[in-house]
Amino acid sequence: MNIHEHQAKELLKGYGAPVAAGVAIFSADEAEAAAKSLPGPLYVVKSQIHAGGRGKGKFKELGPDAKGGVRLAKTIDDVVAFSKEMLGNTLVTKQTGDAGKQVNRLYIEDGADIARELYCSLLVNRESGRVSFVVSTEGGMDIEAVAEHTPEKIITVDIDPTTGVTEADVATIVSALKLEGDAKADAAKLFPILYKAFTETDMSLLEVNPLIVMTDGHLRVLDAKVSFDNNAAFRHEELKPLRDLSEEDAKEIEASKYDLAYVALDGNIGCMVNGAGLAMSTMDIIKLYGAEPANFLDVGGGASKEKVTAAFKIITADPAVKGILVNIFGGIMRCDVIAEGVIAAVKEVGLQVPLVVRLEGTNVKEGKAILDQSGLNVISADDLDDAAQKIVKAVQG
Amino acid sequence: MSILVNKDTRVLVQGLTGKTGTFHTEQALAYYGTKMVGGTHPKKGGETWSSGVDGTELPIFTSVAEGKERTGANASVIYVPPAGAAAAIEEAIDAEIPLIVCITEGVPVLDMVRVKAKLEKSKSRLIGPNCPGVLTPEECKIGIMPGSIFSKGSVGIVSRSGTLTYEAVFQTTNEGLGQTTAVGIGGDPVKGTEFIDMLEMFLADEATKSIIMIGEIGGSAEEDAAQFLIDEAKRGRSKPMAGFIAGLTAPKGRTMGHAGAVISGGKGGAEDKIAAMEAAGIRVSKSPARIGRTLAEVLKG
Repeated sequence: MNIHEHQAKELLKGYGAPVAAGVAIFSADEAEAAAKSLPGPLYVVKSQIHAGGRGKGKFKELGPDAKGGVRLAKTIDDVVAFSKEMLGNTLVTKQTGDAGKQVNRLYIEDGADIARELYCSLLVNRESGRVSFVVSTEGGMDIEAVAEHTPEKIITVDIDPTTGVTEADVATIVSALKLEGDAKADAAKLFPILYKAFTETDMSLLEVNPLIVMTDGHLRVLDAKVSFDNNAAFRHEELKPLRDLSEEDAKEIEASKYDLAYVALDGNIGCMVNGAGLAMSTMDIIKLYGAEPANFLDVGGGASKEKVTAAFKIITADPAVKGILVNIFGGIMRCDVIAEGVIAAVKEVGLQVPLVVRLEGTNVKEGKAILDQSGLNVISADDLDDAAQKIVKAVQG
Repeated sequence: MSILVNKDTRVLVQGLTGKTGTFHTEQALAYYGTKMVGGTHPKKGGETWSSGVDGTELPIFTSVAEGKERTGANASVIYVPPAGAAAAIEEAIDAEIPLIVCITEGVPVLDMVRVKAKLEKSKSRLIGPNCPGVLTPEECKIGIMPGSIFSKGSVGIVSRSGTLTYEAVFQTTNEGLGQTTAVGIGGDPVKGTEFIDMLEMFLADEATKSIIMIGEIGGSAEEDAAQFLIDEAKRGRSKPMAGFIAGLTAPKGRTMGHAGAVISGGKGGAEDKIAAMEAAGIRVSKSPARIGRTLAEVLKG
């Protein structure tokens, strides 16, 4: 689960991290009061969407010459004017895709005098199996470009879970970021705070870009991007109110209700598969035969008939879908359960497009018999290759 | 021969009394009499579990340590729900169970970070979590793989993806090659065992004449494995191999389901992995439906 910048900062502030004073607003009417509650004389008006690249992003409705999604305001009047211009409009950044995202909330923040911009993130490092700090002196810009062109400027520090952040770890980070004086003193507190926030709330990513050294010499978290580990959601009731459904795809929300792993894509062949690897491979093989998948959908290991029905309905509800491929290799998942779920869904919502079904594994005979006897127009396939060719042919005519 | 498990493997079930544990224990008992020796439950110690299929009875112990002591178990399989899975693994590590297989899907990743640190200082090997398990045909089935698709043979299979493991098994059975052992190492970002350890075992196993390795986008485990194979080949150790990488068409920056298969920072893309594997002499199938056929072609030369 992703959250907004202002929520992330509020959370980090609770752990004692230095963040600027700020107020989140949902309508332009709130802008003046929000700005007046801040010290001034500089304000920053920041679009709150779940995507990066906001500063360089452009509003669809405002044309190419208008300012971006993060704006510096020197007066309260500017704050109000910017708020009116930004709220409700669609921000397109390099992470949102061409459709962009509607800006429904802004964060009005106290401005800062920046001396240096640094990069700091915490993530779970697959290679070491540890939580790692990734830091760089090259903050405020595209860190992926830094990683590609000057990888020596990115320093990774693994944290031993049995000790947490040690003085030696802090010293390594301080040295990597070339921190001195007050910033160095701040660092001794900040990095353990970030690690504590990360581990206690089960984050999967905490990115502070930039982390700044201000002209007064102190550190401040200027931006914060946080994602939580969905697997740990069961022990974090307190985080549930932070979810913003308006940021998520409607089909993905529906899928999450049934615990289905679903990702909407741009093609026209709807896929229902068991297992993430097989689901990705099914997308790959569709592409190999010259078509495009409409989605990734993993019904999981032990799906019930209800879950399969829900999955099928989500796929058919997508108007872009011109054909459906069901690919199941049953281990725990029984083929007869899949067949019953598909039939139940078709009876409920009808079937307007070609349907190819490939079943293999546990109870495959029973599953195939159920489909054969249903009287539905199901194209059955012998193996994955056959299935992919048949659905691509059916869709392309 | 085989790797990890054989007819002498004695398996304790953590989470035997639940629906999933019961179903798969019944299946394991039915698969060439896999030696399931008991289960554990903190409150049901002293009770008896019985199979709904043939009435086989297994003792339930309060702890893994007690179960190991009483049955001589040298492996455990975990079907405990996500919230308790890490604690179950830690209990098995403390009891010094040599092989721990965790099937559970959805374990919080920071729990696995903690487990991994403990594992590094232990005598145990962990397979998983979020994996289908380990199966040696006609000898021992630990986990949830469908036994019916296996046949005894000469191919060692290691995979990050559960259902793609089944594809590889099924296809090598259809090619008449069969398997020595199939291992699903699991798709989670932090796990007990990576490709390299399994490749090392397959290279050392005399019965294994060829190897299939199936990877996914995300991380660099496939690249690391490819480098390992290159280094081993220089020492004169190599076996014919075929492979597959899932996720060639997955959009960047999106997590594709529970696999934690995500491309980030320009690393872990399918093309890079395929190139690394081919450089190590693995013939990589473009289609998931032709993994077995690809290996058969490699073997024909």
